Amino acid sequence: MEKETVKAQSFNIAADDGLGDVMVVGGGISGIQAALDLATAGFKVYLVERAPTIGGKMAQLDKTFPTNDCSMCIESPKFIECDRHPNIEILTYTEVDTVEGEAGNFDVTLTKKPRYVREDVCTGCNTCVEYCPIKVPDRYNQGLSESKAIHIHFSQAVPLVTYVDEEHCLYLKDKKCNICVGVCKNKAIDLHQKPERVKINVGAIVLSPGYEVFDPRLRGDYGYGQIENVVTSLDYERLLCSTGPFEGEALRPSDKKHPKNIAWIHCVGSRQVIPGGNTYCSAVCCSYTQKQVILSKDHDPDVKATVFHNDIRSYGKDFERFYQRAENLPGVRFIRSYVSIGKEIPDTKNVTIRYATNEDGVKEEEFDLVVLSVGMNPPTGAQDIAAKFGVELDSYGFCKTDPFNPILTSRPGVFLSGAFNGPVDIPESVVTASGAGSLTGELLNYRRGKLARDRIYPTERDVEEEEPKVGVFLCHCGANIGRVVDIPDVVDYSLGLENVVHAEEGLFICSTDAAQQISETIREKGLNRVVVAACTPRTHEPLFRDTLREGGLNQYFFDFANIREHCSWVHAREKEEATSKAKDIVRMSVARSALLEPLEEYDLPVNKAALVVGGGVAGMTSALSLANQGFETYLIEKDSDLGGMARRLHYTLEGDDVQAYVADLVRKVYRHPSVHVSTDATITHVAGYVGNFVTTVRAQGRTKDIEHGAAILATGADEYKPTEYLYHEHERVITQLELEERIAGGDESLDDVESLVMIQCVGCRQPDKNYCARVCCGQAVKNSLKLKDANPDMAIYVLFRDMRTYGFAENYYREASTRGVKFIRYEPSDKPVVEAAGDSGQGALSVTAADPILGKRLAIDADMVVLSAAVVPAAGTQEVARQFKVATSPDGFFQEAHVKLRPVDFAAEGVFLCGTAHYPKHLSETISQAYGAAGRAITLLSHDTVTASGSVCEVNEADCVACGACISACTYGAIEWRETPQGRKAHVNPVLCKGDGLCNSKCPTGAIPLKHYTDEEVLCQIDAALPALVPVS
Amino acid sequence: MCTGRVDLSFVLRAFSNGADGVFIGGCWLGECHYLTEGNYDALSLMHICKKLLGYIGVEPDRLRLEWLSSSEGIRFADIMNDFSAQIRRLGRLGEGEGLDADVLRLKLEAVTQLIPYVKLVERERLRVPLKSEEEYNTFFASDELTRLFDESVAGKLTISQIMLLLREGPLSTREISEALRLDPAEVSRQLNTSSRQGLVRYDEGLRSYALA
Repeated sequence: MEKETVKAQSFNIAADDGLGDVMVVGGGISGIQAALDLATAGFKVYLVERAPTIGGKMAQLDKTFPTNDCSMCIESPKFIECDRHPNIEILTYTEVDTVEGEAGNFDVTLTKKPRYVREDVCTGCNTCVEYCPIKVPDRYNQGLSESKAIHIHFSQAVPLVTYVDEEHCLYLKDKKCNICVGVCKNKAIDLHQKPERVKINVGAIVLSPGYEVFDPRLRGDYGYGQIENVVTSLDYERLLCSTGPFEGEALRPSDKKHPKNIAWIHCVGSRQVIPGGNTYCSAVCCSYTQKQVILSKDHDPDVKATVFHNDIRSYGKDFERFYQRAENLPGVRFIRSYVSIGKEIPDTKNVTIRYATNEDGVKEEEFDLVVLSVGMNPPTGAQDIAAKFGVELDSYGFCKTDPFNPILTSRPGVFLSGAFNGPVDIPESVVTASGAGSLTGELLNYRRGKLARDRIYPTERDVEEEEPKVGVFLCHCGANIGRVVDIPDVVDYSLGLENVVHAEEGLFICSTDAAQQISETIREKGLNRVVVAACTPRTHEPLFRDTLREGGLNQYFFDFANIREHCSWVHAREKEEATSKAKDIVRMSVARSALLEPLEEYDLPVNKAALVVGGGVAGMTSALSLANQGFETYLIEKDSDLGGMARRLHYTLEGDDVQAYVADLVRKVYRHPSVHVSTDATITHVAGYVGNFVTTVRAQGRTKDIEHGAAILATGADEYKPTEYLYHEHERVITQLELEERIAGGDESLDDVESLVMIQCVGCRQPDKNYCARVCCGQAVKNSLKLKDANPDMAIYVLFRDMRTYGFAENYYREASTRGVKFIRYEPSDKPVVEAAGDSGQGALSVTAADPILGKRLAIDADMVVLSAAVVPAAGTQEVARQFKVATSPDGFFQEAHVKLRPVDFAAEGVFLCGTAHYPKHLSETISQAYGAAGRAITLLSHDTVTASGSVCEVNEADCVACGACISACTYGAIEWRETPQGRKAHVNPVLCKGDGLCNSKCPTGAIPLKHYTDEEVLCQIDAALPALVPVS
Repeated sequence: MCTGRVDLSFVLRAFSNGADGVFIGGCWLGECHYLTEGNYDALSLMHICKKLLGYIGVEPDRLRLEWLSSSEGIRFADIMNDFSAQIRRLGRLGEGEGLDADVLRLKLEAVTQLIPYVKLVERERLRVPLKSEEEYNTFFASDELTRLFDESVAGKLTISQIMLLLREGPLSTREISEALRLDPAEVSRQLNTSSRQGLVRYDEGLRSYALA
């Protein structure tokens, strides 16, 4: 079978028929995820991006909060996945001109802007860049460094080809220079290229144009653009990054010295009711600032960091701990104050900031560098986008969506993904991408698989008779490794190792180009083992295994030597020792690789049914979306009615009717022939594995086994039952949900309330529940406004720690404030005190709290006290987690596989999550996530088979003494007895085996090796690690 | 691969190859990424291995097990620095213990040979019913455990060492006990047992024991 090369798949206008299923417009992380999910689910996707490469804003970030993963390192494998996906055509440097037609049949005209470089010929060798005489500000590095008039946008770009900057190229301006044309050996440069019009027909469009960062230059009030040492947070992100302007040295612009004293200013361009500012909260800045503080301290432990902030909005999963981590670092100050820029000191170019605190009044302080935590704007040209795609915008200039479905635009067939819906973080962008995938699937299910192609690999070479021939590929990872480890030295060293026949280095081994080069080298040099010495298998092993397959080798002949996380990153200051350690690591890998064996993966059939656990809004939404795409879905609810927590909600902050929505959803669920609902149901047992689960459900006295291929866990959350503030002791102390029920029900108890106090953060943001429950601030504002609607004279006091009305909710917070709701901040060390007038548990209450602004204690007579009680994990969460073998977070919510990029997947394959079981969230967020989970489940269910790892245990029957040690060790039930002519022997079902290898270490006779990690393979690595002494045996 | 996959042979091979310390890092108890909770098995392995090291005169603190999650980079670095300092204090393997390199190697091989047996003993007698770190630590620090070990493993370990030593040539009880730094009475007792089992024989002429 001939290999279908990557090049042949890449976009070629002439050869392509211009017919697809979906067009994803915008190639940032959200567009990428939407394209991948849709393509995997059987649709042909065009991924259109106006920049010269896919990647979007995430590609510019250094790290991502709250895990501080390297942003490019987790995103770039997805570039390559897109590039290699047989169902994705990537069109970069391309603008959409017109969109005609309707859902199911859109004619889209595009203009492919001239790169002046032929994409199909350029190899990305960079020779032209070296020769180009014109230096231009490097946009990827925010103009903080220079690149050339012809250059590659960034090293991991897809496609990895150059483009010419029209504005600066001497030839394009004055026909003066064409040096690049001459030096290009491949004749790839064509300075006469013209824009190309392309017409494509698709059934649906996913709109993911992202956002633009707020430009503080426009208002000029923070000195940005005038004072050199005032930078934006995105500028600073580049400064911190190892691929940034100073290769990861965080130097300040004026004198290229390490700043020792840095200030951050929050809410620049956000939460501002001034011309040119945005009234909303940008939702991500608090946490990214904390990330930058932590990273700055990592770069230089002596640096002093000062954060000037308003409310700290650490409302996301694990954000509160992240905030504490930043705050508790030495030399870090968080100061709650509005600020203004004082002046630039002429000699030092330092910048002064004026601020005020309650203790000290107004002060002016000097800093080496000031970072503006800028907010998010609608994408550039949002009006134009809206006009072209025929979608409406909201008053902020973001895309208008259905109040109960943030993925639906005003135009049928055009779905929304990512930050064009308003300021959101990466996980929400990824969730809505998967959700857009599911909604597109609902629309286009009839044509699923019709245009899709499978990936075809060349036949695997049989290397059994060959001596090991190892190729070692060493990666500089930009400067990540190369700056510390002497890579050329390690290349030479590798060539001297036993069995090594080839060794080479590369700047980014993971780039499409380099990976393709590896598969060619495998063939040319007849390699039968490959060692890549680079980063981590966690992100990049699938890519390199794939590369081996393309080179005609079994993928298990690959070994990863991690010389970044295990070496250069931890020994940055000991370069010689790091190089020596890199040699050790490579030597160990090479030794192990010689013993590697080709393994077969198992194709398991996929049962096309899905199980959804939890009949709240999340579960119902997922179930309907799955059923609408033709998958039989079993919906399990423990209560007697569907609806979950939403049954207690009556209206949203935006004023929409929740009960009507829920009633409609319940009706749709019950009416759908493919949704099978069990109420009063409990799960008693879960067996099986991805694609083939059997779940035993007991409902209304009957027990049944449900066979399904995927499961979505949407078990919801509970409201915390307070034990504080006289709750349960006094009839006038209630929770927000109870208040909402009373408001909606027109309860008489509210009629005589003249003064009402709300207390925020009841039962969370404290040591035993160290998280923010996210929804309570919005809930308090919502209920306050409702109360004011009914009785404008009611005195309402909200005692809060930080008002976390992130995103557009900020405007409702402001509205509440203007309508007279009094917001009074308290410190956790000095919580409000609620006292009853008498001991009858009735009558008026008295609330005392310290007012930090007035500097005195306030005493409020309250007719009612409303507690914003935390959202806590639902009672059965742990039990469900145990049954489905999935993890929970330290706070007891379900733990996703990766907080940023796999937000609705569990690490356990075939199981997905959504709703408040993941973390507290608002209704619209729950709905997006429910579609997201359905979309992810469909990437599995739309296939007939799923592949299981070849790295499983296997019994060598001759050595098995039938002691049963392995069977008792295996909690997956993967090992059972089997009668053989030689008697009873243990036998592994490879499909059930998860490859943990516990049985291997329990077996007294070594009869049950874990393939790919056998005793021999591990021991030879140990021998290679410590070669100084000859082993005993 | 789970921490529970760490085999006694891996640890012993590292020491045999001259490692001065061996570190095992595993997922926090209760946070198993599989559902095997093999980290408890790693905890058993660590205790058993330390016990075995103690028997052959190797400082048990040369083996260290810590629970670490992927988000605990700083803690990991601190632990490794601390472990490294601790190993420096203990000195080179063997030197710190005052054990001759050849003898040390022999002793480690004696333990390695016993691995299949130790696995059986572990399964039969060293399982802790309750999965809690405290229970495990209490059990492995208990007198009962010491008694169990003395009873089931100690003798076998002595014989294993003697047999390896006798491969070099016949030796007297005294020579054996001096070479292996073992109690002469214990050596004598084990020689008698081994003699009865036909593993060794007494050479009257040489007044020494030799392999049978």
